[in-house]
Amino acid sequence: MIETDIIIIGAGPCGLFTVFEAGLLKLKCHLIDALPQAGGQLTEIYPKKPIYDIPGFPEILAGELVDNLLTQAAPFKPGFTLGERAETIEKTEDDFFIVTTNRGTKHRAKNVAIAGGLGCFEPRKPPVPHLENFEDKGVEYIIKDPTFYQGKKVVISGGGDSALDWAVYLTENNIATEVSLVHRRNSFRGHPDSVQKVIDLSEKGRINLITDAEVIETHGNGKLESIVIDQKDQGKVTMNIDHWIPLFGLSPKLGPIADWGLNIDKNAIEVNTVDYSTNIPGLYAIGDINTYQGKLKLILCGFHEATIMVQSAFKRIYPDKNLVLKYTTVNGVQGF
Amino acid sequence: MGMIKITVIDRVGEAHELDAPTDMSMNMMELCKSYELPVEGTCGGMAMCASCHMYVKSEHDLPEMSEDEENMLDQAFFVEDNSRLGCQLHLTDELDGLVVQLAEVGN
Repeated sequence: MIETDIIIIGAGPCGLFTVFEAGLLKLKCHLIDALPQAGGQLTEIYPKKPIYDIPGFPEILAGELVDNLLTQAAPFKPGFTLGERAETIEKTEDDFFIVTTNRGTKHRAKNVAIAGGLGCFEPRKPPVPHLENFEDKGVEYIIKDPTFYQGKKVVISGGGDSALDWAVYLTENNIATEVSLVHRRNSFRGHPDSVQKVIDLSEKGRINLITDAEVIETHGNGKLESIVIDQKDQGKVTMNIDHWIPLFGLSPKLGPIADWGLNIDKNAIEVNTVDYSTNIPGLYAIGDINTYQGKLKLILCGFHEATIMVQSAFKRIYPDKNLVLKYTTVNGVQGF
Repeated sequence: MGMIKITVIDRVGEAHELDAPTDMSMNMMELCKSYELPVEGTCGGMAMCASCHMYVKSEHDLPEMSEDEENMLDQAFFVEDNSRLGCQLHLTDELDGLVVQLAEVGN
């Protein structure tokens, strides 16, 4: 069991800044994020995009902002549970929360701050009928262990880097016996080197490159046995395969949080702006995931919400202690 | 203040005729959001998520697709020849009378 003062769900900018503000009050934080790295959508969607409305930074790249926030939080030694999704929450008799991830990691704290942004990023699933019947039975959205495909007939769909790179990897390392890459267009948006490699391997007959095509059906009895590919010129073709790996990027979903008994309005959690508390005492929501009258989904507003929220979290842990605002210019930053 | 008329057909087939300002540097994604039509606009308009995927149903001369938009539509589902990302269609006088239909969102 991981013990801390504030469990922060979501390691985006808002969650990271919470660590700093909580640290100034000598509260410890532990962050949980479904993605394998910190930074949330800044790292996942637009690391190279400049942001112009962070006070004091006329221009900063999203990725740089995340690096700075990690540096700023470092003195307070935050814990991280990355690559795991916060799945369930329960309240104990002594008024603590226990948050458990999809992999069973348990966290215990007096306070939980949901800084989940857009939700958790999950693989985008192509609109093929009855696809769910074959999930983990021949259809995988993420390649966890490439050796799993040893000696198999594999079809990968997608035109981005992950589709190209995995097609090359499974071929060059002689893992899969047959690799096909199906893509809707005849050009690829992946890195030019990867595109060239795929074309070279295709010319050598080692990758079966099928462009202007989409997988439209999946068939099998208990597990995936064949797919139907619709190709612009050739029409529908059935292919017998062992695995289909659609790689169409990630999209955010509110996920399990939706079932935590919170008041939710249009995919956002309703909060009281006095301290950004939700309808469940000790459970707070800050940043893009919350909503209130006049809400703006801006990083700078999330920073403000985090700062106010930790004061209330402190009071829940130390109801008899009075807090005095201290300026970092006076005292500096006293890390743990 | 420049105003044009835009028709947005939502995912249940209902047509909404919207007054759209041309002097507020808005795009189609933002216009839909401002009328609370079900367009997510997850990435905020950077052509990075395809959640504002829509079909252009009228014969308008539209600005050409950037490589970013083309690449993003590449990852989207239910793409047709008249597919565009709403966030890349900026409201200008030339778009007066534009008719679009919101695309299905995938899972």
